[in-house]
Amino acid sequence: MDPIIEIEGLSKDYETGFWKKKTVRALDGLSLTVSPGQIFGFLGGNGAGKTTTIKILMGLLFPTAGSAKILGRDISDVSMHREIGYCPENPYFYDYLSAMELMTYFAGLFGIPASEQKDRSSELLRQVGLAEKDWNRQLRKFSKGMLQRVGLAQSLVNAPKVVFLDEPMSGLDPMGRREIRELIAGLRESGTTVFMSTHILSDVEALCDEVAILRSGRLAATGNLHDLLARGGERQPFEIVAAGVDAERLQEFAKASGSFVRQKANGIGLEVPSEVEIDAGIKVIRENGGRLLSVQPVKQSLEELFAAEVEKS
Amino acid sequence: MDRSLHRIFCVAKNAFREAVRDRVLYNLILFMLLIVASAILLGDLTDGQQDRTIVNIGLTAMLFFGTFIAIFVGVGLVSKEIEKRTVFAVFAKPLRRTEFMVGKYLGLCMTLLVNVLIMGAGVSLALLFAGGSRLALPIWGAIYLIFFELAIITAVAILFSSFSSPSLSALLTFLVFVIGHLSSSLLDLARSLGSVAANWFFTAVYYVLPNLAHFSFRTEAANGMIPNTAMFAGATAYAVVYISILLMIAAAIFSRRNFK
Repeated sequence: MDPIIEIEGLSKDYETGFWKKKTVRALDGLSLTVSPGQIFGFLGGNGAGKTTTIKILMGLLFPTAGSAKILGRDISDVSMHREIGYCPENPYFYDYLSAMELMTYFAGLFGIPASEQKDRSSELLRQVGLAEKDWNRQLRKFSKGMLQRVGLAQSLVNAPKVVFLDEPMSGLDPMGRREIRELIAGLRESGTTVFMSTHILSDVEALCDEVAILRSGRLAATGNLHDLLARGGERQPFEIVAAGVDAERLQEFAKASGSFVRQKANGIGLEVPSEVEIDAGIKVIRENGGRLLSVQPVKQSLEELFAAEVEKS
Repeated sequence: MDRSLHRIFCVAKNAFREAVRDRVLYNLILFMLLIVASAILLGDLTDGQQDRTIVNIGLTAMLFFGTFIAIFVGVGLVSKEIEKRTVFAVFAKPLRRTEFMVGKYLGLCMTLLVNVLIMGAGVSLALLFAGGSRLALPIWGAIYLIFFELAIITAVAILFSSFSSPSLSALLTFLVFVIGHLSSSLLDLARSLGSVAANWFFTAVYYVLPNLAHFSFRTEAANGMIPNTAMFAGATAYAVVYISILLMIAAAIFSRRNFK
């Protein structure tokens, strides 16, 4: 399947200073592809280059070097914007407009017929959880969370094939986050590709199929989320969880096999270094009167992976 | 082409709505007070010249109120969108930057048009009230020219705001407004001085800056005169060509801007 987003060697330099101009490289040779129909998480610390990348893709910034295509068309082709949606970070809209007016204005820019604009807007405002009583209130009276919901709604007004969300959970309360998470998951089900930058790693773990981690403007890691989180290769560690066994009795085996024993709420966890030691580990547990509860590969959390990548900088 | 015009219309409609909701048209209240006051108070002071005085005050106030809006709203038309980051969501839509700029420009022109139409109606009513009905119709020729002058000032404001700060843009636009009214006199002065450098400089100023004298017909209107067809056509063509060039330059600059 052809990639829906193709980024090739994208770089962006900013000039700072007035008299003595200094060049700061915000993005450095980023290459990336995103397949259709997935939720792609775009991660990185502050200043890693996430928003710069999205702004280049949206035509708000011009790259210093490199190129990018969305839906097979170069990002300089404005007509491609008919099929994409974008919700900026901390969205700010015309505060003299109501949510409904903003939606119909943007629907008009997409050429959606006037007769359909209100229905489409109502449907989306309802979908993002904005109470009907707020639809005709001016946006200057909206809270940050409400603006975020309007931002999401406007990014979907044209039923895009791919939507770019820059920190879509920002400003939302836990209930709001859950609703928006469900909305984003629903977009994938309807075939929309979601390219999402976020700091909220639990959302990435819950939603994303693939991720890319940026570090100081460079791509630090990319791939399937589960593959990245697995410690990988032939030395994939496993955890055997058992109840009714004393941890002390497993220490001898642990020392000999390079395993670790840790206390868990429901018993003990024996982390063996690879698949080869699983049978031996289960045998020792049973010999000591233990009851096997589960065996599963040990994966690092996204937070651990993210921290490890960010700390390298 | 149709889609492009539709998008320009959407942006223009929104810019007009913005101006109305930002209470730009509130200046009409002040204008109306001024006209009513002149109609009532100047009768005794002007010794039979009340209608001409109303026309002079009305058209001059119309030009200055309109220029004030063209400069201060014009310089903020685009810069405010960048400062408030509203352009981020707008430019993710299938909207070219040129279309956006032209739409914003036309939106402010619509606002100025409504403004001059209501002001013109106010002056006409004041003339009818003051017994100067012979001037109530001829002033509309001058009002037509004032509108085009304001349209040029708006384009100048947009051009400056495409590459400089709002306050500097406002200052530069005001200077263009002043020099635009004096450029013919400055050219005559330079020629009378006999200096080649001064002649070159003021000739360049004369041709580069708008010659707003083409749109000045206030005194004549106060005497009941109507601009002839050649003046109407010449001023309209001059304004359309000049505005088109300014907007093309502004769009070219704006199209290369990065929005951090």
